[in-house]
Amino acid sequence: MIKIEGVHKSFGSLKVLEGVDLEIPTGENLVILGRSGSGKSVLLKHIIGLLSPDAGRVLVDETEVGSLGYNELAKLRRRFGMLFQMAALFDSMTVGENVGLALRERGGMKEVDIKEIVREKLAMVGLKGIEDKAPSDLSGGMRKRVGLARAIAMDPEYILYDEPTTGLDPVTAQQINVLIRSLQERLNITSIVVTHDMASANYVGDRMCLLYKGSILFDGTPEDIANSKDPVVYQFIRGEAQGPLTDGTADIEVHTPDPVGQEARHGE
Amino acid sequence: MRGLTAPFAATGEQVINMVAGSGRLAIFLGRLAREIPPGLRYVHLFFEQCVQIGLASLPLVLITSLFVGGVAALQSAYQFKGYVPLIYVGTVISKSVFIELGPVLTALVVGGRVGAALAAEIGTMRVTEQIDALETLAIRPMRYLVVPRFIAAIFMLPMLTVFANTIAVLGGMVVAVNRVGISSVTFQRGMKLLFDVNDIYGGLIKAFVFGAIIALSGCYYGFQTRGGAEGVGESTKKAVVASCVGILVLDYFLAEVIFQLLFGAR
Ligand SMILES: Nc1ncnc2c1ncn2[C@@H]1O[C@H](COP(=O)(O)OP(=O)(O)OP(=O)(O)O)[C@@H](O)[C@H]1O
Ligand SMILES: [Mg+2]
Repeated sequence: MIKIEGVHKSFGSLKVLEGVDLEIPTGENLVILGRSGSGKSVLLKHIIGLLSPDAGRVLVDETEVGSLGYNELAKLRRRFGMLFQMAALFDSMTVGENVGLALRERGGMKEVDIKEIVREKLAMVGLKGIEDKAPSDLSGGMRKRVGLARAIAMDPEYILYDEPTTGLDPVTAQQINVLIRSLQERLNITSIVVTHDMASANYVGDRMCLLYKGSILFDGTPEDIANSKDPVVYQFIRGEAQGPLTDGTADIEVHTPDPVGQEARHGE
Repeated sequence: MRGLTAPFAATGEQVINMVAGSGRLAIFLGRLAREIPPGLRYVHLFFEQCVQIGLASLPLVLITSLFVGGVAALQSAYQFKGYVPLIYVGTVISKSVFIELGPVLTALVVGGRVGAALAAEIGTMRVTEQIDALETLAIRPMRYLVVPRFIAAIFMLPMLTVFANTIAVLGGMVVAVNRVGISSVTFQRGMKLLFDVNDIYGGLIKAFVFGAIIALSGCYYGFQTRGGAEGVGESTKKAVVASCVGILVLDYFLAEVIFQLLFGAR
């Protein structure tokens, strides 16, 4: 079980997380939704100890991540797999070396067995026979899937997915959704999935929460979120341009070209 | 008021940055020291880096040393003419190459090449989250990335310096024979005249320290990189500047220690 208690995080004057509370029971798939820049990736990095909170704490099975020394933290991290938003493949290594790195580092395995696991994990993400390719020779979607294969190579108990389906075609995206579900069902893995893709969120999520203005605005089942009357949630899951999410924060000027009144959009 | 205090605030900020910077460097060095023994098991990474840092620098070192030796012969002959017997051309070239020119110039050119490469590589790994990814795989970046590079650099710089010394002396002899008109026998007699094997050892100790400076500036600034391609460019620049300045400043203090204290006391 992962427990996040009152986590605050700022970068300089930018307050990103302002009191996030979440509990993820073992075996559950939690989807985290939120606008770009709302701090989803930052939250994931707190769970695996890449960032430490300014206030609050993260507990994994009752152990506080921030209190661990380097060795214990490494031990804890071996139980995690993380897919980075930009895949973060090691570009000095081949695909096969990327996926097999953690296995080789742990030691105690024969090279043929490692090769076999690498092949198997790559097949799980729909990539066969690309072990010897360089990451720079792959498409964005392929890199993402290699990152996923690397994340699951050690058979982790927890998997953190940062936008697993972004950049994939709809068919491949659905295959990844199925994979995320089957990992959970077969191996009772606990997952946190950050995504913007509502179709994927609905497929893989047992529970969904919306990160908004530094804290969890909504937390509930997929049905709950679909029926929510909260105007922010309503706007977010329907992806509407106008609403409370975009009011006053004119980060992108929304207008349709109007041949008559060019001035109209300045008139508010 | 604000106009008056602004310079003080700016100076204060610089001082704070400097203190914070040295603190970060101290932490970095402490971690590196602790990770060296366990990091020695990455033998294959060490050899990879020996190729990158050592073997791949050979052409650069070859060209620079050849010309350094050549110009040393030409210029010393010009300065000696009419005052000092030309047999001393061989003496002054070999001595200055072993003590100073070989180690320092090798370190400067290799420092430019390798310092930049290390900072750019590690910096790119930092901004593309590859270093974070290593951490999530329970691999220590300091042990895995920095130790092999550091050890390779402190091994390779003395070796490159031996190579540079040889080439520079040969280059000096070629120019002395062909352009100055000293016979190669005279040149070699000059070399032997005041030969002291400590000159060579002293130079190699310097090279060893320079190797450490190069690897540290590259890796340290690589690790500190923030913010995309621009950040990588910035830390590459800082790494090259730090390694060049560090080499030249430390060269003086090494001269004090090695040639005054250690070998000079006889
Ligand atoms: N290491 C860092 N240093 C400074 N600021 C950071 C750092 N990491 C993230 N931020 C800032 O924190 C905010 C949240 O970033 P984060 O990457 O978590 O967003 P996100 O919700 O994942 O967005 P997206 O959906 O676009 O990936 C952003 O404004 C970002 O600029
Ligand atoms: Mg993100």
